Amino acid sequence: MAYTEEELKKELETKEYEYGFYTDIESDTFPKGLSEDIVIAISQKKQEPEWMTEWRLEAFRVWKEMEEPEWANVNYDKPNFQDISYYSAPNKKPKYNSLDEVDPELLDTFKRLGISLDEQKKLAGVAVDIVMDSVSVATTFKKTLAEKGIIFCSISEAIQEHPELVKKYIGTVVPRKDNFYAALNSAVFSDGSFCYIPKGVRCPMELSTYFRINQAGTGQFERTLVIADEGSYVSYLEGCTAPSRDENQLHAAVVELIALDDAEIKYSTVQNWFPGDKDGKGGVFNFVTKRGLCETNAKISWTQVETGSAVTWKYPSCVLKGDNSIGEFYSIAVTNNFQQADTGTKMIHLGKNTKSTIISKGISAGQSQNSYRGLVQVNSRAENARNFSQCDSLLMGNKCGAHTFPYIEAKNKTAQIEHEATTSKIGEDQIFYCNQRGIDTEKAIALIVNGFSKEVLNKLPMEFAVEAQKLLEISLEGSVG
Amino acid sequence: MDLKDKLLSSFIAFENNVDLDNPVHEVRSEAIKNFEVKGFPTKKEEAWKYTSLNSLQKVDFSIFPKQENTLEYKNVKKYFLHEIDTYKIVFIDGVYSSYLSETTHDGVDVCLLSAALTKPQYKQVIDVYFNQVASRDESLTTLNTAFSREGAYIYIPKGKVPKKPIQIVHFSTGNEAALMLQPRNLIIAEENAEVQIIERHQSLTENEVFTNCVTEIFAAKDANVDYYKVQNDAKTASLVDNTYIAQKDNSVVRVHTFSFGGKLIRNNLNFYQNGEHMDSVLKGITILGDKQHVDHHTLVHHAQPNCESHQDYKGIFGDKSTGVFNGKIIVDQIAQKTNAFQQNNNILLSDKATINTKPQLEIFADDVKCSHGCTIGQLDEDALFYLQSRGIPKKEATALLMYAFANNVLESVRIPELKKRINKIIANTLGVRVGFDL
Repeated sequence: MAYTEEELKKELETKEYEYGFYTDIESDTFPKGLSEDIVIAISQKKQEPEWMTEWRLEAFRVWKEMEEPEWANVNYDKPNFQDISYYSAPNKKPKYNSLDEVDPELLDTFKRLGISLDEQKKLAGVAVDIVMDSVSVATTFKKTLAEKGIIFCSISEAIQEHPELVKKYIGTVVPRKDNFYAALNSAVFSDGSFCYIPKGVRCPMELSTYFRINQAGTGQFERTLVIADEGSYVSYLEGCTAPSRDENQLHAAVVELIALDDAEIKYSTVQNWFPGDKDGKGGVFNFVTKRGLCETNAKISWTQVETGSAVTWKYPSCVLKGDNSIGEFYSIAVTNNFQQADTGTKMIHLGKNTKSTIISKGISAGQSQNSYRGLVQVNSRAENARNFSQCDSLLMGNKCGAHTFPYIEAKNKTAQIEHEATTSKIGEDQIFYCNQRGIDTEKAIALIVNGFSKEVLNKLPMEFAVEAQKLLEISLEGSVG
Repeated sequence: MDLKDKLLSSFIAFENNVDLDNPVHEVRSEAIKNFEVKGFPTKKEEAWKYTSLNSLQKVDFSIFPKQENTLEYKNVKKYFLHEIDTYKIVFIDGVYSSYLSETTHDGVDVCLLSAALTKPQYKQVIDVYFNQVASRDESLTTLNTAFSREGAYIYIPKGKVPKKPIQIVHFSTGNEAALMLQPRNLIIAEENAEVQIIERHQSLTENEVFTNCVTEIFAAKDANVDYYKVQNDAKTASLVDNTYIAQKDNSVVRVHTFSFGGKLIRNNLNFYQNGEHMDSVLKGITILGDKQHVDHHTLVHHAQPNCESHQDYKGIFGDKSTGVFNGKIIVDQIAQKTNAFQQNNNILLSDKATINTKPQLEIFADDVKCSHGCTIGQLDEDALFYLQSRGIPKKEATALLMYAFANNVLESVRIPELKKRINKIIANTLGVRVGFDL
């Protein structure tokens, strides 16, 4: 074997975070700290109507009363909420009509991320709403979408231009007092994406957003609201990266999906925020609340590939309120070095004949801890509810951990619930088999991991799947014992 | 006065009756201090999320029975496994009944914990084992430790096998309006020893009983312990059963829990493996109706390489009953080559019944095979139709299917008479006569 495990390890350890660069764009940053004044200032800065300011303040008051949750299976130094700047926007902020007008340095950033706008524009036909340090700077394909009546813009724009929609739906799926981070987000969210698909419209392209944390000491508080009106369909992609920073950055986003009768929303995430270096220094704290509401015959499908962040705390959930509604959750969570992930889903069955599927694949390497935490709840009126859950863990090396915390609560006799979980490692015989056929160990591992996660990768939109596959390989290089 | 205060003040009275110079006294004092701080567990604690002890704390339980009671064997014969010859350790309202018991010191010790705690010839064993595996901070366990005085004491020396199985039976006569019992059992199987034990708690009236029982089991190298818990008590009895098991190299410990009766049952079954090549088996059948509540809480801690554990719990829940299963498997980093399996299958028969299950894995070693499976479902309509089409009435057909569902748990029961008895209880619980012995 030409490439030994030792060599691999060395290479991996010295490998810097590929996306760890810092774009020097003058930013408009607020002083550190959080108070009612800051909340009001954020609201004013965004020229929000009064009801929105009030809404934020109410959330802030709730947040002050709350305590940071400790039940998750993760250990970290709690962020000091008074030591964070709650608003940071790139300074030169004209509205672009074409890509040529965009700050070339910014474009370069995206190029290095491998998501060059023009390439995507040409090849994939993806409309990208880019969020860089909290403010949406470029939206493409808006016109094409507008013809269909689809609204796809930043949430601050939506508050200005479509206040009736925002007012009606914001906070309905994730209430302000839902949890500590949701309350914080509701108070200080700086920007995010808003999407509305009108009745019966099938969105012709994949909508996509890229999040990226740039400025040091800024928290990223995104707010995403996707509304699919009756009979509509939308596929939404979200990708995240953050540059290499020593201190821990905080990201507390809220995503709300609303699928009205017969609508379908597909929400895919690839998250590769800075996971901290090989000694566990730095990295992003990712505390996200994602939840979708399904009305009658609606379907929400969450797909996520989580390879980044030092600490992840994320449970994309579905409330299956309407009869015959469907919830799906497909997840790959990869942790390496000192990363910690506590992720999973909640499927709340309220309506009749509701179905949910959970496929979760956890891969832990290095000294990382990977937990699946899920809840399947069947309420007493949810006749014929059906759930299938599968969570598989793959351990690489003997210093990492895999944990499963599935909660299953059934209150209806017609419920059919299945849950299965396995934990295993890559077998020596499997590697040997590959070696014997001339595939080196490195490639063999990639092959096996790929096979292990295939069920989830298959659910990703094409262009994401390629990227995700690449990410898996990068995150796991040389981590096999 | 709530139950906690009553227990704390009773402890002073309790101390007046025990030997204060005994080293166990220190263990008790420390335990009561812990209980004073912790109090009864509440639903806010993760481990008690689905089970509330609030209603019990409102009852005015007698901590000590006021008078000694006796029972006639012929009246309680049916509660014994009387088809075979066994050793018996019998307690009536927490007090040892020499009349109903059959103990021995012939090669093995099958006797009382009260004797073992006070007599000098047992001191060495008590020093090594007593309160060594039981939790020192779980509040109900420490409460039991504080009041530990009576229970079964079973010591099987190296290479010995008792001539017959041992039955531990706790009767409550109902002479008190409400009685709290805290039996404490200590079971030690030395190297290469083997023992079979059947435990049962039985109240004879509808008067309320709250039993907080702790059993410590030590299985030394190559030892083999079978422990059967038959929980078929009156519908007014509550039981918190804490079992702590420490295992050494090559030992096999099997615990079967059959829960059919009782108002509220909480089983805390904890296996601590400390050695290699051992096997822990946890099996359970739960069939509930009415407003019964059974909570199975299991823990298997794999601390050394090359060990196995097998868990299989089946539950059938009717009426307004609630079933909880929380199984936890921990595999330490050094415990490579562990095989840990956990299975929990449930059938819901009624819309008012609830199942909460949480099969949990915490794994720190990579070369392991661990799996858990959990299902909640109904009886197969097609199978039911098939049986009915062959002339078997619906009720019997349902019972047959349910029996088949639970049956593979019974397969590992190694006392044939006990297996028969459990079958009978299942048939009674399901309310059918299928016309042949199941």
